[in-house]
Amino acid sequence: MIPAAFAYARPTTIDEALQAVASGGEDVKIMAGGQSLIPVMRLRLAAPETVVDLIKVAELRGVREEEDAIVIGAMTTHSDVLSDPLIARYAPLIAEATETVADRQVRHRGTFGGALAHADPAGDLPAVALALDAEFVIAGLAGRRTVPAAEFFVDYLTTALEEGELLVEIRVPKLHGTWGMHYEKFNRVAQAWSIVAVAALVRREGARIAEVRVGLTNMGPTPLRAAGVEAALVDVEATPEAVAAAAAHAAEGTTPSSDLNAQADYREHLAIVLTRRAVTVAAGL
Amino acid sequence: MTQISVRVDGAAYSDDVEPRTLLVHYLREQLGKVGTVVGCDTSNCGACTVHLDGEAVKSCTVLAVQADGSEVTTIEGIASNGTLHPMQKAFHEMHGLQCGFCTPGMIMASIDLVNDNPNPSDDEVREGIEGNLCRCTGYQNIVRAVQQAAAEMSGGSTASETLGAQA
Repeated sequence: MIPAAFAYARPTTIDEALQAVASGGEDVKIMAGGQSLIPVMRLRLAAPETVVDLIKVAELRGVREEEDAIVIGAMTTHSDVLSDPLIARYAPLIAEATETVADRQVRHRGTFGGALAHADPAGDLPAVALALDAEFVIAGLAGRRTVPAAEFFVDYLTTALEEGELLVEIRVPKLHGTWGMHYEKFNRVAQAWSIVAVAALVRREGARIAEVRVGLTNMGPTPLRAAGVEAALVDVEATPEAVAAAAAHAAEGTTPSSDLNAQADYREHLAIVLTRRAVTVAAGL
Repeated sequence: MTQISVRVDGAAYSDDVEPRTLLVHYLREQLGKVGTVVGCDTSNCGACTVHLDGEAVKSCTVLAVQADGSEVTTIEGIASNGTLHPMQKAFHEMHGLQCGFCTPGMIMASIDLVNDNPNPSDDEVREGIEGNLCRCTGYQNIVRAVQQAAAEMSGGSTASETLGAQA
């Protein structure tokens, strides 16, 4: 299988990339690591007129620290995420989820920003970004804007990125207090997509759970926060029973699909079980 | 057509390629490097794994134009002067293959794994090569081979001697 012919642009700066996107014609695809785009182009599910390849845009790579956040360049590869000391220190949940993405070879090419902009509901990183209240910095020819995670994921494979715009970096706010984190993923075989997965963050204050954030993977066309679980775990005693009772709310308000891997009701069951496991680990219980 | 300059297995090449040409097709059809095989063509099986600037990648999921200015190493470039790479030798000695079709990719992925983790456990090997499928179910001996090679690559201890291949 060979992709349909396309014009290829390989800019070296963000400005050049935006120009290339603007002048690429009707159907332009921006390529990050290409680990999702090249497969769909091979299948000719996508046949763009122009591909703008970001691989040489060095300013889009790397992680830096600001006072209240770490900032992850959109083209930072999954492999680089896994070995990054700032992520290990401030957002180990990202590394934990990234470790489950595909396989080594794909993680060498695939990128953090590419996975988020692709917004596959079965992808692992969108729910993690949502649970971390990440912010998405988007560049266009008219300037930059910042979109919170809660507004970035709009629908199936659809984000707040407008035509001609580029995801530049992702700001992950530093957490204050004592937080535990865990990503619990259920999939069929190695390198398979998540059937359901749960990203949990728990802030403990002594023997109590002070607050919890839960992100759900593949429980609808976009990643979701399990609001019912979060509401049930505000300032409660940290016990397995409290976590289990809260986790029972995990599927509320979700709209999971049915497919070859699982029916919707089974996904709802998984959301509850995996939420209990994820919060339990994150709470240190 | 786009011109690319790339080093493959130590030799410099300059070629015109279509942007849509996949790296694996460039290697096989333009350079004749048929040691790298196409298994599934869906980014799953890992048979086409090569090293791009020292990192294992699935060459069916990289465009040839993306290798411009880079160094590619294939299964054909890891032996030196007729001496097998320790990973090749270990796959041979431990019989880490049956039909052999997955072997080039298995070896290239395993070298990448051992470069990162010089002494992988059984589980770490299995996770490390999760992107490579062996349809003959030869994984037991593949894991043994990777561990033997890892021992040799990290200075030649004999940790794997007790493992042995099943006769």
